[in-house]
Amino acid sequence: MTDIQYLSPRTLDEAISAFAAAGSAARIMAGGTDLLVQMRSGAVRPGLIVDIKKIAEMTTIEETAEGGFRVGAAVPGAVLAEHPRFGKVWPGVLEAVNLIGSTQVQGRASAGGNLCNGSPAGDSVPAMIAAGAVVTLQGPNGRREMPVENVPAGPGRTNLLPGEILVSFTLPPRPKGASDAYLRMIPRTEMDIAVVGVGVSLTLKDGVCTTARVGLGAVAPTVLLVEAAAKALIGSKLDDAALNAAASACSAACRPIDDKRGTIAYRTKVAGVLLKRTAAIAAQRAAGGN
Amino acid sequence: MNVITNNKWIGQRTIRPDGADKVTGRAAFAADTTMPGMIWGKVLRSPHPHARIKSIDTSKAEALPGVKAVVTSRDIVDFPIDKSVMLGIQDMRWMCRNVMAREKALFPGHPVAAVAATSEAIAARACELIEVEYEVLPWSVEIEDALLPGAPILHDFMKFEGKPSNIGGRIEVKKGDIAEGFAAAEIVIERSFATRPVHQGYIEPHACLISVGADNKTTIWSSSQGQFMVRAMTAYLTGIPQSDIRAIPAEIGGGFGGKTIVYLEPLATLLAKKSGRPVKMVMTREEVMRATGPTSGSKSTVKIGATRDGKIVAAQGTFYLQAGALPGSPIRGAVGCSFSPYDIPHVLSVGFDVLSNRSKVAAYRAPGAPIGAYAVECVLDELAEALKMDPLALRLKNAAKQGTKAAHGPVFPRIGYIETLEAAKAHPHYTAPLGKLQGRGVASGFWFNAGGESSAQVNITEDGNVVVTTGHPDIGGSRAAIANICAELLGIDYRRVSVLIGDTATIGFSNLTGGSRVLFASAMVVTQSTDKVIATLRERAAKIWEIDPEAVKWENGAAHPASPNAGQFEPLTLAELAAKAPQMGGPIGAGVQLNTEGAEGGFGTHICDVEVDPELGIVRVIRYTAVQDVGRAIHPGYVEGQMQGGVAQGIGWALNEEYIYNKDGKVDNPGFLDYRMPVCSDLPMLDTVMVEVPNPKHPQGVKGVGEVPLVPVMAAVANAVHNALGKRFYSLPMSPPKVLEVIEG
Amino acid sequence: MTKLHVSTTINGEPAEFLCEPYDTMLDALRGPLGLTGSKEGCASGDCGACSITLDDRLVCSCLMLAAEAEGHELRTIEGMAHGDKLHPLQQKFLEMAALQCGICTSGMLVASDALLQKNPRPSEEEVRFWLAGNLCRCTGYDKIVRAVLETATDMREQGIREFRQ
Repeated sequence: MTDIQYLSPRTLDEAISAFAAAGSAARIMAGGTDLLVQMRSGAVRPGLIVDIKKIAEMTTIEETAEGGFRVGAAVPGAVLAEHPRFGKVWPGVLEAVNLIGSTQVQGRASAGGNLCNGSPAGDSVPAMIAAGAVVTLQGPNGRREMPVENVPAGPGRTNLLPGEILVSFTLPPRPKGASDAYLRMIPRTEMDIAVVGVGVSLTLKDGVCTTARVGLGAVAPTVLLVEAAAKALIGSKLDDAALNAAASACSAACRPIDDKRGTIAYRTKVAGVLLKRTAAIAAQRAAGGN
Repeated sequence: MNVITNNKWIGQRTIRPDGADKVTGRAAFAADTTMPGMIWGKVLRSPHPHARIKSIDTSKAEALPGVKAVVTSRDIVDFPIDKSVMLGIQDMRWMCRNVMAREKALFPGHPVAAVAATSEAIAARACELIEVEYEVLPWSVEIEDALLPGAPILHDFMKFEGKPSNIGGRIEVKKGDIAEGFAAAEIVIERSFATRPVHQGYIEPHACLISVGADNKTTIWSSSQGQFMVRAMTAYLTGIPQSDIRAIPAEIGGGFGGKTIVYLEPLATLLAKKSGRPVKMVMTREEVMRATGPTSGSKSTVKIGATRDGKIVAAQGTFYLQAGALPGSPIRGAVGCSFSPYDIPHVLSVGFDVLSNRSKVAAYRAPGAPIGAYAVECVLDELAEALKMDPLALRLKNAAKQGTKAAHGPVFPRIGYIETLEAAKAHPHYTAPLGKLQGRGVASGFWFNAGGESSAQVNITEDGNVVVTTGHPDIGGSRAAIANICAELLGIDYRRVSVLIGDTATIGFSNLTGGSRVLFASAMVVTQSTDKVIATLRERAAKIWEIDPEAVKWENGAAHPASPNAGQFEPLTLAELAAKAPQMGGPIGAGVQLNTEGAEGGFGTHICDVEVDPELGIVRVIRYTAVQDVGRAIHPGYVEGQMQGGVAQGIGWALNEEYIYNKDGKVDNPGFLDYRMPVCSDLPMLDTVMVEVPNPKHPQGVKGVGEVPLVPVMAAVANAVHNALGKRFYSLPMSPPKVLEVIEG
Repeated sequence: MTKLHVSTTINGEPAEFLCEPYDTMLDALRGPLGLTGSKEGCASGDCGACSITLDDRLVCSCLMLAAEAEGHELRTIEGMAHGDKLHPLQQKFLEMAALQCGICTSGMLVASDALLQKNPRPSEEEVRFWLAGNLCRCTGYDKIVRAVLETATDMREQGIREFRQ
């Protein structure tokens, strides 16, 4: 590793200038919990590291005028957990972000870094997709927004344009009776990359599911938004038939590989099992009247 | 034997003498040390599982500014294939080829060259500049592939039954007549088992710092389980005489057998010699996982025959263990230990050492025995089920005891196996109610334990305290136990005893820390040394009182007249006698060097409860009790610690640890992310029961305890999973996809 | 390429050092700063032996660039004791034999201290999940968890909330 430059700009404009100028040799650093591992293994040899943790917009959590949340892309999971209200409104997103790695990793790792790392198994992504998050991007050509499910492009790749930085996630206001949950299957109790990850966000009105979104991770080259699973839940009372149908939809959506973390057959089966369990937790939380 | 029964310190949970430094971050591990002028060494490793090395061109590396030395196999002493040279259990013919590839690279990660430079970055860059011409050869990793007809043969010189083979050896243990045995059996169960290679998993990577003077005088700081082994191996492999090498054992961050050989030391020594600078070498975690020996993967078949009343009449085992690229898998442990807890009239136990293109195996806590016990203890569980017998009752009915001729040969003296079975049976865990999807399993195990050479020196300081120097690296709290023993014998507060580990220059020859032998051996020589010191102290007092030494006794830290007849004298304390030492005959101290004998094997019986998630195939251990005959628990806290540590390793081996190879024959999970060792949240509290049946051949009744705890664990877990699910598992690890497959039939 | 100059605060005292841009904080601690109490077990954030706190937040020093320390407050194992007075956790680890080889101990203690600062009344489960990022191969974690729970009780009973220089 030679000729690496480290910059920690205080404004987004500075960051984008430097990032765009360096082209493919540059990497954005938030918590560094993916970047440093990749640098150490030689998988990534950046010429420039742009540390964005001094940029206010990227490290703050705000409640929007509409009643939603705007979470800076570099906010560590541990900081998100300390917000007085976020976890009550989005327990699924919070638990997903805080399942990444260890306590030490959660002190630094962010949803933005997790998403931009492009791993199909990133824990925060299915929950963000289920939440219907919208990301704000800024680059040399200005600012734009994108539904979070459109960000992943393939293993290790995103649909961000050259020079673009992920600035924040905007989560919509929640109607009454809405909640979410995230579950993953890992062989141990902690410290593993998800073999399958499921995020479910739904609204219950008089016991009937009126809205639902399902995010499914680690079973395809990108994290998936499984519309068929959501459709199976919407309008139902989340009875066995509806849950089974949604589970089957998740299994059907799987396009996994056999690798050191799981087999195709195993992942496909587990996707369905986890969908049912995750939906049940989300429903319990929604009915619990948070 | 005079086992002390009225104990002040033996059996107490004293504070270990090396503890303060360990909890404040001061303790010096090998990678923490520095020397002025130090430079860094790095290793270039083969990317191929099997390749002939046609040429190595190091010129570009040598020309890189900052590079001070380059080493290849030419610099390492060659041990010709036709002459075996043994150093302990290691054959130097394999060691010289393991530390660096000679004619062939034999596994991915095999060292091919080494470089020392003024920074780690330059050393790494220099490695990239070394040009190696490889002729890539076909390879095999798994046992079954290495044994196929037409499989690539690793070594032309290796022959089995007259033909070139990847079988590096065969051993056999026999008792009675196996055919006769099975003829008499009314029920026979035969099963085959498979296990994957697993790594010892020490958190501290191998590290050393070595300085070689212009006169060849060499100082080695390294993380190892034996400074004498380090000195000897380095001498043999570099050609520097042992007397010119001082090997200092740094604090060691885990070994479990994996640090009973050298990897870096010979390379760093040669780099230090060539460069004239001290050289530090530290492995990365990836290097540890790729290139240091995990234990064997295995394929075993066990057949047990019994009569309907539960008496085992015949037992047969065939164990194929992976050696890796060079001979030396632990077939002795698998073959010799697996049937030893039982009194079986007819036994045939055979082991095969199978070579393949993965790193050479290194010892791992009771090497070979956990693999064999997994198979045998699972078959016994099936036998108990078929006979509708309680599994502990089946073992009690067949238990070895004093006078039993063990399957591996010796006649057992007083042993504690039955006591462990009875303690397990009586333990509340055994009858605690189980919930839905929960199951319970039991298993037993045996390990030989070792004795061997040990040296100690006990010196009294001028201010009347004690310095004990022993010869074995402390990996489990042995310094604490030694302080307890010495303090007990001298009758003084244990805090007045300092226990240090000597290096090869400051203490006599002491064999490896391994084989569960450190406390057994060092306690023996420390006891004898302390006894000699006490004899001197009595003589000194006798001189002062002008009476016969026979009339002086040593008690509670002072010399007293042995009886009123001896005279009326005030006791003379250790401090008083120390103060008078110069006038009364000189320094007070004694050392003993012995090849200790009388080590006895140990037994364990474990109870494991698991809970299974049948939709995901996840198994969690929810309760565990390990019962072990520990001889005498000199420091109970550290004996419990050995038991708990072995159990945790066994749970990992049973459930999630395995080496995963990709289609190119390379390790796919060379890190702690995907090599899945148990984390804190994976385990429950690990309960221990220490059964004390003192070893009659040891002054304090000590028996080795460190290795036995790993032996029964995988079978205990597998039997528990069977109890929960009603299905048997014949291969490890019982990872979720495999469990789910078995559940779904 | 010139080295970076970093000014920071470590264990309550100002500290400065030179480092390469790609050096991790663990490299800086163990190299120019001579603070070898934090250990390298994996350099990939999976073992926790390098644990420190950054502005009172528990992190792996191997997952932080040394350059990031500028202007922040770091605490390492070397800052846990006060002179010769051990932190209650350190004392309890010794009393309960909650360490064997000691290589994970620095990280375990820093992590456990961070837990008790955040939650003075943790349950066994909370302790276990908090420490999931600190690997130990020697002890099976039993005595470590017991030591943390007992220290929590002791500190509450003695009214000790924190133990700082």
